[in-house]
Amino acid sequence: MAKLVIRNGRVIDPAGGVDRTADVLIVDGAIAGIAAGIEAAGAEEFDATGCIVAPGFLDIHVHLREPGFEHAETIESGSRAAAAGGFTTICPMPNTAPVNDNHTVTRYIIEQAERYAKVNVFPIGAITKGSQGEDLASIGSMKEAGAVAISDDGRPVMNARVMRRAMEVAASMGLPVIDHCEDLHLSLDGDMNEGVASVRLGLRGIPAASEDVMVARDILLAELTGARFHVAHISSRRSVQMVAFAKSRGLKVSCEATPHHFVLSDEDMIPYDSNFKMKPPLRSRCDAGGVVEGIVSGTVDAIATDHAPHAGSEKMQEFEQCPFGILGLETAIGLALETLVHSGKIGLARMVELFTSGPARVMGLDRGTLRPGAAGDVTVFDTERRWVYDVNRSYSKSRNSPFHGREFRGGPVAAIVNGEVAWRLE
Amino acid sequence: MRGLLGIEPLERAEIEAILERARAFQTRESHKEILQGRMVVNLFFEASTRTRTSFEIAAKRLGADAVSITAAASSVSKGESLVDTLNTLNAMRPDAIIMRHAASGAPHFLARHLRETPIVNAGDGTHEHPTQALLDARTILDRGKKLEGLRAAIIGDIAHSRVARSNVHLLSKFGARVVLCGPAPLLPKELAQIAPGVELSYDIREAIREADVIMMLRVQLERQHEASFPAGEYFRFYGLRLEHLGLAKPDAIVMHPGPINRGREISSEVADSQSSVILSQVENGIAVRMAVLERILRS
Repeated sequence: MAKLVIRNGRVIDPAGGVDRTADVLIVDGAIAGIAAGIEAAGAEEFDATGCIVAPGFLDIHVHLREPGFEHAETIESGSRAAAAGGFTTICPMPNTAPVNDNHTVTRYIIEQAERYAKVNVFPIGAITKGSQGEDLASIGSMKEAGAVAISDDGRPVMNARVMRRAMEVAASMGLPVIDHCEDLHLSLDGDMNEGVASVRLGLRGIPAASEDVMVARDILLAELTGARFHVAHISSRRSVQMVAFAKSRGLKVSCEATPHHFVLSDEDMIPYDSNFKMKPPLRSRCDAGGVVEGIVSGTVDAIATDHAPHAGSEKMQEFEQCPFGILGLETAIGLALETLVHSGKIGLARMVELFTSGPARVMGLDRGTLRPGAAGDVTVFDTERRWVYDVNRSYSKSRNSPFHGREFRGGPVAAIVNGEVAWRLE
Repeated sequence: MRGLLGIEPLERAEIEAILERARAFQTRESHKEILQGRMVVNLFFEASTRTRTSFEIAAKRLGADAVSITAAASSVSKGESLVDTLNTLNAMRPDAIIMRHAASGAPHFLARHLRETPIVNAGDGTHEHPTQALLDARTILDRGKKLEGLRAAIIGDIAHSRVARSNVHLLSKFGARVVLCGPAPLLPKELAQIAPGVELSYDIREAIREADVIMMLRVQLERQHEASFPAGEYFRFYGLRLEHLGLAKPDAIVMHPGPINRGREISSEVADSQSSVILSQVENGIAVRMAVLERILRS
């Protein structure tokens, strides 16, 4: 029997209603108990004194670039970055090459993950074939192969009729539909948020309305179809308000927020630095504040990173030409602590919820709690250690982070996956 | 001064020094000793005859060697990245690189990666065109006007105009009042917040009223991906015609960065009128660029 006991940490499991100093015992990859002074002869010991011991963190929005773009990231490198960021479960988006729009690709990702990944990998399948927005992908067989949701992330389904059909199918199979909400006509050729900064810099704007109109459309379609609809990387105040409205009406609507959208605004960009280019773009201060308010009020269900590695050669281009997306896995806990917890906006238990039971509920995954019998996934982090993020030492194969050189207070200490230490701070 | 990326970051004193120095270069007398033996590279990723020629003449009048490279003839068409192109050029050790690029911020991006070589922005996308604003200011001053308290109307496709942005920053730094005017889709309301003293108007008559300077912009169809204004109505609502000039101050001048589209944004009569200083602008382009090159390469 493989045993691991995590000693003397402050155990916070919002789903199980736990917040006290205790030991956590994992036996054969499953949580066996939480108690003070657990007797565990022969168990591997992990001293978590002074640390928070939480259910394993989930990041339900990452890009692992495999298959197809292994020069930027692989399942192995991305999963190492995830573990080093304190995550024990990640859900990769389907925009690989080929697109994950059928069970063969889904199986490939799962098999590669079984062989190489340091954390749990639950892939997300495409909504439409090739994410072209026209014909529905093989949703049922992807689900059977292990896909946990569908999304055409980055290439949103513009045709409302196609989206309606996708939601009907997904609802009948119990899969959530995740939409990257962006009206591509409104955002056409845009490089950054539309506002004073874009006008000053002479960059083409992406109005917040391009997100809002799609959130509105999808909420209406979710009501029409009964689907579970999840807004990816919500970034605008209006969209947060609409999700709150949908929830108040009892619809199965949820949303996630990325750290960069609640930490930064378009005013924080270093002009023309491609490490600040992503979609949705960094919005106005008012919008970033709206996302924080959504986190405080409970409208936001999960923090997800939208970890989007791009090779240096792709990012080292004119701002207008470089691709969208930044790294996120290794800085998420530090940013959440800084902006949400140390600032007094939310308590630690709420933060843990946003990384655990919140995302688990969105995806319908049996994770995100330390209840006896649950998977032995544990995240250990601390709230006080001072450290500086050096992207050049990242486990990711890419280097595109706007947070390089940022000083943090508190961060990941260990990621324990199915009872084994996948990463620990040295 | 390390290169010249835009007007916005410049101090007023620096602008004044360049404008003052440019006066000395308005004559044809020889200044070849000033930059003897120096080399500047004109790197143009976007077609431009007048700006490129103007920089070339400016460099040559100062005695520098000037090499011009246009994107179509360079390795850019072979798929080389901007950084690689610039690294290659930089290895040949030019004293300055003058760059025009269709992407906003391209010179800023390069300035971060080529720290040792000064870069002069000769127009970046829809962001800035600093030497244009400097030559416009020189031209206004030559007409005996003061920038302080000046009332300037800039009319046309403001959204896509780097000339407008550089002029707004320059005029604003001197306390001028600037009215930006154009069709609503080409006049984002945020423009009023990019510098102090900026107002917006959708009515050309209101914009021109009591103006000392009227700057017309070319309607940049190549920068637009769609019709932002009803086709065929542009000249009717935003074209400058003789009948408008009476609304401005009696000694008002009409400027245009060129090339002009007669009958699209400006009528032939206005372009050729006494009020037009368009050719003086071209002449001052050389003088101002000489002053800029001298300032950058001598420091």
